[in-house]
Amino acid sequence: MHRRGVGAGAIAKKKLAEAKYKERGTVLAEDQLAQMSKQLDMFKTNLEEFASKHKQEIRKNPEFRVQFQDMCATIGVDPLASGKGFWSEMLGVGDFYYELGVQIIEVCLALKHRNGGLITLEELHQQVLKGRGKFAQDVSQDDLLRAIKKLKVLGNGFGIIPVGGTYLVQSVPAELNMDHTVVLQLAEKKGYVTVSEIRSSLKWEMERAKQVLEHLLKEGMAWLDTQAAGEPQYWLPALFTELYSQEITPEEAKEAIP
Amino acid sequence: MDRFSWTSGLLELGETLVVQQRGVRLYDGEEKVKFDSGVLLLSTHRLLWRDQKNHEYCIAVPLSQVVFIEEQAAGIGKSAKIVVHLHPASSNKEPGPFQSSKYSYIKLSFKEHGQIEFYRRLSEEMTQRRWESMPTGQTIQVNKDPQAGRIRAVGIVGIERKLEEKRKETDKNISEAFEDLSKLMEKAKEMVELSKSIANKIKEKQGDITEDETIRFKSYLLSMGIANPVTRETYGSGTQYHMQLAKQLAGILQTPLEERGGIMSLTEVYCLVNRARGLELLSPEDLVNACKMLESLKLPLRLRIFDSGVMVIELQSHNEEEMVASALETVSEKGSLTADEFAKLVGMSVLLAKERLLLAEKMGHLCRDDSVEGLRFYPNLFLTQS
Repeated sequence: MHRRGVGAGAIAKKKLAEAKYKERGTVLAEDQLAQMSKQLDMFKTNLEEFASKHKQEIRKNPEFRVQFQDMCATIGVDPLASGKGFWSEMLGVGDFYYELGVQIIEVCLALKHRNGGLITLEELHQQVLKGRGKFAQDVSQDDLLRAIKKLKVLGNGFGIIPVGGTYLVQSVPAELNMDHTVVLQLAEKKGYVTVSEIRSSLKWEMERAKQVLEHLLKEGMAWLDTQAAGEPQYWLPALFTELYSQEITPEEAKEAIP
Repeated sequence: MDRFSWTSGLLELGETLVVQQRGVRLYDGEEKVKFDSGVLLLSTHRLLWRDQKNHEYCIAVPLSQVVFIEEQAAGIGKSAKIVVHLHPASSNKEPGPFQSSKYSYIKLSFKEHGQIEFYRRLSEEMTQRRWESMPTGQTIQVNKDPQAGRIRAVGIVGIERKLEEKRKETDKNISEAFEDLSKLMEKAKEMVELSKSIANKIKEKQGDITEDETIRFKSYLLSMGIANPVTRETYGSGTQYHMQLAKQLAGILQTPLEERGGIMSLTEVYCLVNRARGLELLSPEDLVNACKMLESLKLPLRLRIFDSGVMVIELQSHNEEEMVASALETVSEKGSLTADEFAKLVGMSVLLAKERLLLAEKMGHLCRDDSVEGLRFYPNLFLTQS
């Protein structure tokens, strides 16, 4: 039989006090969350107003897009993180970049067999513009870079490699370390590189130079010209686009995502 | 429309460009006229219209002729318009495309938008009436013939000036937009601070926050694009949105997966889903975060990450290890295969073909021959023939 009395009462009291304390604690978070919810609504209104005045500007003006992105980064906000975010929904920035992502993937896939999954930003830009057609919104190289940065998370090996004054875009999960990158940068000037050039510019041993070049050959990113005068030349198809027709053939297009 | 005169389209000394807009059609009163696609320019002194197809074709009317302007909202199938009411043409007006008109007003139809800005600028100019205080000194002697229209030396100066004005104008537009943007960012920054403060409270209380509140908080972060300050992951799993998305994906991807042998790379999925949506596209992170929830939600698909980092979606019924057995058969039949050759034979993407061969190698069924000619796989005779 339970003793109803002081003991039970004291326990009950204690429990009540605890519950109240907990309640209080939760109420604090509840308060702040409620405040955040209210502020979010206000912010949404501000963003709507901004969008009504400047949505066109963002769509049409690449420089303004850059400023917008930089400011977001400065305050710790990623407007492209989710299609469900306010920025995406109200400013339409999301759709712009996510669609660009799709177009980038398709171009890279269509040309992969030619260049091993490495392409200059210029060529990518040209091909993407062509695919978009005359009536589509213009995109800048900065736009492409931002879209590519977002694509990295898909695990397909998307990466950006600085070479010369521009960038190479990697779209295959091939490992390219510092050594490979440096050789790519060296090859950028002429579109090809030789073992001697690597040894004299970078002061590497023969073995190291050969290893890097062989890796690039295996990945299909470099082609070997053994008939060159002097020593063999390692050409990078990604870098010699002038020698190629700029068109993606129907077969290549079929290779891309259905 | 009889108030317009032919013009070279060059600005005169003392005249500056205020704003311009492409894709504008003109109406004489209620009637469309042949000027259906042009660039509308507003200067401090005039309203000009230049044909987009034929740049020599340019007409203008002085702002001093404008009585008042009004906006006409867009309708279904109709562009927004600005109605410009005009004084009667002066007797010494330069010749123009129309000798007479039964209307005393014209309409500017903005087929490519831009009417808001244009109306604002036009109103400003009408208020400021700068043409009265800035007489256009020596009006440049221009050929009256609209087809010829240009004198070279003056032409270049005029073009340079126009470019300068356009640059200043763009700068002005940008600085206004930029100001608004800065103010907006200030407010966004407040949101970031608030979210950090809440996150700290959550950390302090160590679990005294309810599941419900956590979910709410995460969804607020999602809306703002703020990384979760507690876990540092961007939204991770666990928002309602991603859960719903995961379920949607399970529905959308069932058939495509079956058509592709039960497996697709995440980039393929990204393209497929977004192409199908057309609007309100998924971000790459949205997709990944939704896929991470597939297994826990017991959906018939799962996310798999290979050693190389390649991410794929598989049907639950798909067994990659079993596929490896058939891959081994295929390779054995041919003696040896590269990823490219295997992909063509089996009808897979090269990316996934390579992953399958690598997996087969990992499981000990295949051996590699890695040379400059490429990566080639052979049946592992060490295993079978020892």
